[in-house]
Amino acid sequence: MGKTLVEKVFASHLKNEPFTGTKVLSLDVVMCHEITTPIAIADLQWRNKDRVFDASRIKAVIDHVNPPKDTQSAIQSKIMREWAKSHGIRDFFDIGRNGVCHALFPENGFIRPGNTVIMGDSHTCTHGAFGAFAAGVGTTDLEVGILKGVCAFREPKTIRVNLTGKRGSKVFAKDVALEITRRITMGGATDHVIEYRGEAIESMTMEERMTISNMAIECGATSGICMPDETTLDYLWPFIAAEYGNDRAKALSAFRAWWSDDDAEYAKVIDIDLSGLEPLATTGYKPDQVFPLRELGEHRIDQVYIGSCTNGRISDLREAAAVAKGHRLHEGVRGIVAPATTAIWRQAMKEGLLDVLSEAGFMVTNATCGACLGMSNGVLAPGEVCAATTNRNFNGRMGKGGMVHLMSPASAVASGIMGRLTDPRTIQ
Amino acid sequence: MKTFGGKVLFLNRSDINTDEIIPARYLTEVTKDALGPHMLEDLKLDGFDAQAPAVKSAGVIVTRENFGCGSSREHAPWALEVNGITTVIAQSYARIFRQNMFNCGMLAIELPGADIDELFARCAGAPVDCRVDLDRGTVHFERDGATLLSKSFSLGGFDAALVAAGGWVEYADSRF
Ligand code: SF4
Repeated sequence: MGKTLVEKVFASHLKNEPFTGTKVLSLDVVMCHEITTPIAIADLQWRNKDRVFDASRIKAVIDHVNPPKDTQSAIQSKIMREWAKSHGIRDFFDIGRNGVCHALFPENGFIRPGNTVIMGDSHTCTHGAFGAFAAGVGTTDLEVGILKGVCAFREPKTIRVNLTGKRGSKVFAKDVALEITRRITMGGATDHVIEYRGEAIESMTMEERMTISNMAIECGATSGICMPDETTLDYLWPFIAAEYGNDRAKALSAFRAWWSDDDAEYAKVIDIDLSGLEPLATTGYKPDQVFPLRELGEHRIDQVYIGSCTNGRISDLREAAAVAKGHRLHEGVRGIVAPATTAIWRQAMKEGLLDVLSEAGFMVTNATCGACLGMSNGVLAPGEVCAATTNRNFNGRMGKGGMVHLMSPASAVASGIMGRLTDPRTIQ
Repeated sequence: MKTFGGKVLFLNRSDINTDEIIPARYLTEVTKDALGPHMLEDLKLDGFDAQAPAVKSAGVIVTRENFGCGSSREHAPWALEVNGITTVIAQSYARIFRQNMFNCGMLAIELPGADIDELFARCAGAPVDCRVDLDRGTVHFERDGATLLSKSFSLGGFDAALVAAGGWVEYADSRF
């Protein structure tokens, strides 16, 4: 019997199996942000164990509330800053070079095929786009990861999603992610990883693969996973060329070794033909309540939010600007764009995207999570509705009493122009 | 080891997420105690009042499927713990929340759907106490000293070890 990618990663990183089915893995990368890490740091200090297992394997960022909005968030940042300094954590990203963790860390080439990665953040599954096992964990798991470089998991089974067919116009990776969520349902992939396969994922860019892997957690999955191929190699090449002596073929065959074997066993196989897919959005407070946008025209909106670890990358801003060009936001609709990282922000500025969006009436903010989790930069008032490119539409997610419809950047801008949920294919 | 059991809070809904257990706007708090007043503040459930005495005095939550889905925030179990709730009984959990519970030395008990249905049908609606017998792996639901219902559960070896050790930091520290 062959092995899946995740089974190979588990076998190669297994440190201990204290109980049948409980696998303690050694960790390649432990990522930290200022919301879930400070309490771990405080606990380590309280236990007199303020150490790190390997400073070079720890990556840290201030991203969620950036710049700080009040004294408490300023303290969280300060704790991160001082901790990174005292332990010699070189890969620490403070204001001026920071950005949303799941966009920033890949951008810096930190995640490699076959890696084990944890972070105190549920959307850590994003990094599975590189063929890694990347799982969100709580503060206690993070704390032990920081101290010992290990984490315990029940080995997840794998759900294989075969994506075939060519997407139509204005149908994006986000629409694919929403369709997968609708099909698997919220909680339908608990204790599983979702492996994305098929020609449609093979022809996608790394940014698109990250958008799709990012939403694996909305089905309860431990990680999303893509097979590492030439696209992955191209993305990582500036960071790894030296490691492989500039030999691409060598790197590719090392990547290829992680691929799931042909005779690997899957818990479930789901086939999705993307050729019939339309632009989609959620309604209500669950991410699997997904419908075609053309059926949702009666839902009015107060705000558009473009950003987050799902859709705040440069390709997303290009799609948003392409729809916005020559239009203005509908009267009474507020638009906010938060490029996911500082580098993306600069690139968007150079390409003139920020200008196009600003001209259409959007406010462009710095790189931060901000409104995505209702902490700053665009929190909704009770009863307000937002068309958002984020990943979670829970009640109150973007502010107490507010509602979020999830969709692609093109769809969000189209909705902003019309003042109600709008299929982007209807905007000229 | 923590103590388990107490008055039961019935939450008759599936997919209760961690934003509902503790909203993100309180994640800048740097002590667990500060989370206490905000537990379940955004829960969408007909007739539910997060400030009601029955919520504040509970020691056990009984609920349905996929409890604790969404964010990885361990603030969710902490918010329960500072309110005296160290046991949750559900049909299923989101993975991260479930692990966070055991990592804190708390109990996330899984019961089959039929048992949960029966619990709601026979025990919800009037005050009921839950007694947890960890050694035997049983939970007993009692009202006015009389047992209404008893159910058995099993914990995985690792989960039981975390509960006995008081959490994952304690357990990992002595071994790895
Ligand atoms: S952008 Fe939103 S979902 Fe992504 S890490 Fe930040 S808060 Fe979480």
